[in-house]
Amino acid sequence: MTIRFRLVAQAVAVLIAIIAIVLIPSVIELFAMMQLTLFAAMAVLALSLAFIWGFGGILSFGQTAFFGLGGYAYAISAINFQDSTPSILLAIIIPSLFAAILGYFIFFGRISDVYLGVITLTVTLILFNCVNSTSGDEYRIGKALLGGFNGIPAVPTFNVPFYPDQILSPEQSWWVTGGTLLGTFLLLRLLLSLPAGRVIVAVRENEVRASLLGYDPRKVKLLTFVLSGAIAGLAGALYVNWGAFVGPTIFSLSLSAEIIIWITVGGLGTLLGPIVGCVLIEYIVAYIGSQQALNSNLVLGAVLVVFVLLLPKGLVPTARDLLMRLVPAPKPKAQLADEQLTPSVAASHMAGAE
Amino acid sequence: MADLVPLLKAEHLTMRFGGVVANDDITFTLEEMELRCLIGPNGAGKSTFFKTLTGQLVPTSGAIAFRGQPIAGKLSYEIARMGIGIKTQVPNVFNGLSVRENIWLAVRRKATPRAQGPAVDAVLQMIRLTDHADRIVATLSHGQRQWVEIGVVLAAEPELILLDEPAAGMTDEETLHTAAIIREINQTRAIIVVEHDMEFIKQIAKKVTVFHQGRVLVEDTVDKVLADQRVRDVYLGKKVAA
Repeated sequence: MTIRFRLVAQAVAVLIAIIAIVLIPSVIELFAMMQLTLFAAMAVLALSLAFIWGFGGILSFGQTAFFGLGGYAYAISAINFQDSTPSILLAIIIPSLFAAILGYFIFFGRISDVYLGVITLTVTLILFNCVNSTSGDEYRIGKALLGGFNGIPAVPTFNVPFYPDQILSPEQSWWVTGGTLLGTFLLLRLLLSLPAGRVIVAVRENEVRASLLGYDPRKVKLLTFVLSGAIAGLAGALYVNWGAFVGPTIFSLSLSAEIIIWITVGGLGTLLGPIVGCVLIEYIVAYIGSQQALNSNLVLGAVLVVFVLLLPKGLVPTARDLLMRLVPAPKPKAQLADEQLTPSVAASHMAGAE
Repeated sequence: MADLVPLLKAEHLTMRFGGVVANDDITFTLEEMELRCLIGPNGAGKSTFFKTLTGQLVPTSGAIAFRGQPIAGKLSYEIARMGIGIKTQVPNVFNGLSVRENIWLAVRRKATPRAQGPAVDAVLQMIRLTDHADRIVATLSHGQRQWVEIGVVLAAEPELILLDEPAAGMTDEETLHTAAIIREINQTRAIIVVEHDMEFIKQIAKKVTVFHQGRVLVEDTVDKVLADQRVRDVYLGKKVAA
């Protein structure tokens, strides 16, 4: 019965989200809607790290590498094809292939977690420097000039699939971006409830035990890494569609750090938390930027310190715990078990209960 | 022909860690359906031996054959798929998942989706954790987590089961139950048990192998081993005399 209740509650939540996405353009101003489009694109990026870090147990500093590759892949092919349909696909495929090659050496070479962080960080820096030094006419792919530190301006934005003449309006772009965010969220939720997703969580929980049961942790982690790279690449295409521009700062380290802050604030081990954290932080950063009174990096640092010290679980798990305390639980035993959970355990518990 | 091939055969197995020789030229044979106890003082090389059998360590030299197939140097997951399951000395379970999910992860490698539910329930009943099936493993007591790991190993239905100190941290009553389970699963599969608790060994053992300083000291029936003067000297002295 509780399972049925949970399913109904989830269906209602999804319905509300769909209605909200559909209605937002008619409720808020164009500027605010454009801002929400950006936040939604960034939230897809947040989901990519939320998945690999929170459920795969792999802290990758390289999500911006895949994000940037996706952005550049989209921009270059959109300029060449003048059609966003194959370009969006390439923005997913190219980062996936890159993740597959990089991940193969990392996981099958049995490189430990710390070095994984170092390698992904370094790869991001290498990509930044490579792309940054491509100014000049000789650096071109087809019709697309790479432009070095100036980036690629005037990238064609999304069009109706297979109809290059019908460019999406800002409203339609919002629907696509918001819809992609919801779709990615639902797909990841579905994956995590399927056996394949449970195995991913099992490998995070105990790699030795998983391999002693006959699961190959290297393969599981590689697939997690590739999927997460694909999602980050898609986010890159959404981001470029929003600004019609891509530059090497897409590979910047400050963005890599920001994603980690979104997830810490929103709640590691959940999918909803990172979306909340991303939108909240990005809103604060944008607000501070418009005020010119404070340095946004300073505020971000302060927010991170406050959350790590006071709300180590993050917003969403904390809110859920509070809610569970307010609502009288039908099963006292289950509640008792929940209260004894350590933060990391509670986070993993979310895998099934969120 | 088939029954001439032993289930497990280790020949001249040596495992060195730098200057330390943890396993020194061990030759060990286990027949189908056999129940063997491994004893020996701390540092005798029992857990190292288990680790080389399950691919957690690659032996420095020597050969291991499982039903005639060489397994030394294979990866853990490959050996697990061939049919060797292990309960490690320090409980290795999925701490953040529920008891049911722990068992299910072991069951689903072999069982069809329809058979998975009943198979999980049967194992839960055997390890007597049906009432705690939905609890997170990290919230259980040490003894109960030992049970979860035993359940996970049984659920995978291996042909050979290695148990490294299965009764550690259990109450007397739980130890009795463990012994009963071991005898029951031995009806259909071979088991090697490492244990320090001599009362426990007496309850289950038929043949005992004694490890000492990385070598096999004695291998005989439980009564003869317990009566052996060398074994008493290196390890048992106090407990058996009492």
